[in-house]
Amino acid sequence: MRILRSLISLGLLGLATPAAAKTIPVAAGDSAQERLQEALIKAEPGDTVQLGKGVFKLTDGLSLAVDGVTLRGAGAGNDGSVLDFSGQLGAGEGLLVTSDDVLLVDFAVVNSKGDGIKSKGADRIVYHRLRVEWLAGPRESNGAYGIYPVEASDVLVDSVYVRGASDAGIYVGQSRNIIVRDSIAVENVAGIEIENSYNADVTGNIATKNTGGILVFDLPNLPQMGGRDVRVFDNIITGNMTPNFAPKGNIVASVPTGTGVLVMANRNVHVFDNVIEDHGTVNVMVIGYRYPFEDAKYDPLPRNVVVYGNQHGRAGFAPAMEGGTELAAALGGALPPMLWDGSGANIIFGDDDGAISLGLADPKAGMAAAMPTPVVPIEDARAAVPTISPVVLPAAMEAKVK
Amino acid sequence: MRRRAVLVAAALAVAALAGGSALVGAAPAAQVNQAVIDSDAMPTKLSAFGLFQPGGSVPISTVLPYELATPLFSDYADKARLIALPAGQKAVVGPDGRVQFPLGTVLVKSFGWTSVNGGRPVETRLLIHRASGWVALPYIWDADGRDATLKVAGGRLPIRFTRANGDEHSISYAVPNKNQCKDCHSQNGAIVPIGPRVGNLVFPGVGKAGAGAGRAALARAFTNPAALAGPVVRWDDARGASLDSRARAYLDVNCAHCHSPGGSASNSGLFLGRDVRDAKALGIGKRPVAAGRGSGGRDFAIAPGDPDASILIYRLENTDPGIAMPELGRGMVHREGAALLREWIASMPKATS
Repeated sequence: MRILRSLISLGLLGLATPAAAKTIPVAAGDSAQERLQEALIKAEPGDTVQLGKGVFKLTDGLSLAVDGVTLRGAGAGNDGSVLDFSGQLGAGEGLLVTSDDVLLVDFAVVNSKGDGIKSKGADRIVYHRLRVEWLAGPRESNGAYGIYPVEASDVLVDSVYVRGASDAGIYVGQSRNIIVRDSIAVENVAGIEIENSYNADVTGNIATKNTGGILVFDLPNLPQMGGRDVRVFDNIITGNMTPNFAPKGNIVASVPTGTGVLVMANRNVHVFDNVIEDHGTVNVMVIGYRYPFEDAKYDPLPRNVVVYGNQHGRAGFAPAMEGGTELAAALGGALPPMLWDGSGANIIFGDDDGAISLGLADPKAGMAAAMPTPVVPIEDARAAVPTISPVVLPAAMEAKVK
Repeated sequence: MRRRAVLVAAALAVAALAGGSALVGAAPAAQVNQAVIDSDAMPTKLSAFGLFQPGGSVPISTVLPYELATPLFSDYADKARLIALPAGQKAVVGPDGRVQFPLGTVLVKSFGWTSVNGGRPVETRLLIHRASGWVALPYIWDADGRDATLKVAGGRLPIRFTRANGDEHSISYAVPNKNQCKDCHSQNGAIVPIGPRVGNLVFPGVGKAGAGAGRAALARAFTNPAALAGPVVRWDDARGASLDSRARAYLDVNCAHCHSPGGSASNSGLFLGRDVRDAKALGIGKRPVAAGRGSGGRDFAIAPGDPDASILIYRLENTDPGIAMPELGRGMVHREGAALLREWIASMPKATS
């Protein structure tokens, strides 16, 4: 009788309240692929899938499609939890997340054949203390993106390390309300890239030894266009001199080696209070989209871009852009640290370290048509462009990284 | 049609038997286990659904076999497809040509090769229409072929098979995990069937005008079977349809489940559904977005007149997971499909600029 009663009460309890959040441990070792994937499928909202220490040798992409799940490892270092995709036979990325309110924390993804970690339509996703790396370093045969959230509202990338991506280490595409902070991007083609997105703060990051440090792009023929309201501040962007190793055809293959910050075809972009130095081409470049397109909804020109308060180091000593060598020669041997192609409107330089406009109102016009002129720095640059509100993410997301 | 032989033959034989047994008043036809189908259960064994006769992979008589004129390529696997409707209920052909199935329906797709295990299926995937939405479950057949076991995490199977043309292949065949089912079957966040659509749906034994021996079965299964009639496009039937419509049918079935505005590849802006008219969205002169090394050093998804400069061809003819398209369900190159798309791209006038 007592047993019966307790069974009934257990049953009622089960009905009355959501199942208690549980932790599902998954150890490295044999059949890791099946065990880990099964855990990711059977997890319920609120659950944590806890990876053990060690190397998980995986043969296929993993995927998570349950809302509110945490995938937590025992650390992102070599002695932590390493998801090793060196033997991957299928799927376009290492880990794919398609559900909302997911936290990924304290593990590494290495040598995935395609992208490292992709999340698509995964709102309020948090990437925290992760490492995505192609261990052989920069190679054209590496996957495209390391950390790759796309089509999401509310994205937090915090304290991650990405190395070797043949496109962008950290890439946020077609999303809104984004923070990328306190992260390190090394030896990727693009260190950090915000593309076709609205409201992003990129701050406190180190982008070094990439081809280009931090990119803010807008491209045509995509479901979400009109990239805008991006702040790039308090970052250390230095020595992004790795020769471009992107496969041809991709837009980042056109990024000149030795570019610190590259703003293309966005509006309302503020680049301030960064340390930017040791870039053979330039520290900051602002340009329009220069390829032909047929898309009436697309605006190829940059607008309301401001660059101020940055600490500039050496730049322009090895310009890798088209016509850069000739231009540098004409300017006495080097390019100034900031360059604008001359397209768009209200492109404001507050830094007085030297900026040049190529005078190309049409971004498609080649260097042959350039009429380089110095850009006079503006004292109160910040006041010359519309203000942008800081990005505020839902408190529950911030709580996950506290 | 020619080579899918064994699996379909088995299904047809059962359908024929069903008609016969009704005539002679034999035992009543077996029914699916509707209670299991309607529940939220994920049974470990496929037999729990009652879709197949006990102890094997022969479907019960009340299910309706169907085929697709242009199927998804899956490593040259033969596929046997079944519709299991709840007793007394019918499907409706919607105004958009897509079939609307009542709750309690199961769509069954079994994969096998004529030269493997005597043609018995290797895996069977279910799409179950439950109150919570469509649910996808992958089952792998046990070695003895008597039942199949749920593998939510999917798996890889070593498969050696011989094609009708004599070519031998040894592959690591990927059974999708439950989430991967969703990757392809997801439209605007919900799981939906892909194949059953007017213009691609074929019922064995039913002629083009809706005539034939299977007609009565269709009348039992559909409220508006007449809406199923009409031409279909077979990707490999050059006499039956134009090159353009065959290529578009192939892209529609093999690519558009992801490459559509509501699909998993929506962010690419590359939309390959058969109704897409915008040349750029279709890839003609379209630069890649997130292709990475999938670009193969080429500038455009489709370079008109130049298949060798088209990213689409590069990815179709590749099996490296960082390059290959589709991303899931293909470990081999579909030579004949790629040849069709090569011919199609070559036939386009070259861009003038």
